[in-house]
Amino acid sequence: MKTLALIAALALLASMSLGLIQVLRGPSAADRMMGVQLLGTNGIGVLLLLAIALGLPALLDVALIFALLAAVAAAALTRRRLQGPP
Amino acid sequence: MSLALAFSTLTILLGCGFFAAGSIGLLRLPDLFSRLHALTKADNLGLGLVIIGLLPWVDSPWQGLKLVLIWLLVLLAGATGAHLVAKRALRGDGEDLK
Repeated sequence: MKTLALIAALALLASMSLGLIQVLRGPSAADRMMGVQLLGTNGIGVLLLLAIALGLPALLDVALIFALLAAVAAAALTRRRLQGPP
Repeated sequence: MSLALAFSTLTILLGCGFFAAGSIGLLRLPDLFSRLHALTKADNLGLGLVIIGLLPWVDSPWQGLKLVLIWLLVLLAGATGAHLVAKRALRGDGEDLK
């Protein structure tokens, strides 16, 4: 089980790096924000897999906080820009 | 190869497949909104499959409940974020639709 989780975590890291390309390439801010969202979700997947593989229940809370921050980031981008230059 | 290991192997690998599909979809799709589809749907499904694959191996049922709650939070956050980004791109000042 441990090796399965570690292999899956490596696979998720590979798809995270694909997300980085989107962050660099994205023409508009919204595309870059979606790249960051992708990193967030994949990061949560990696954290959960490592929590079970390494037997560290604390990583579940880290994944929870990561999910919260990813949600706030998307909302912050769209709301802040509506008010125009701060 | 116990049943639980076979079950979690299948679901976790399927979940990684959906994550990869979401990432590749995000890169290859031409339009902002179609990328939004790929990102939100595929990744949430991939995370759900990974969590279902991990459920038989948690230490206590409370941890399993925490895993499911994390998935629900990611679902809600993903859907809300996608709606915000799409509405902003549609009705905003058009700087998202370069």
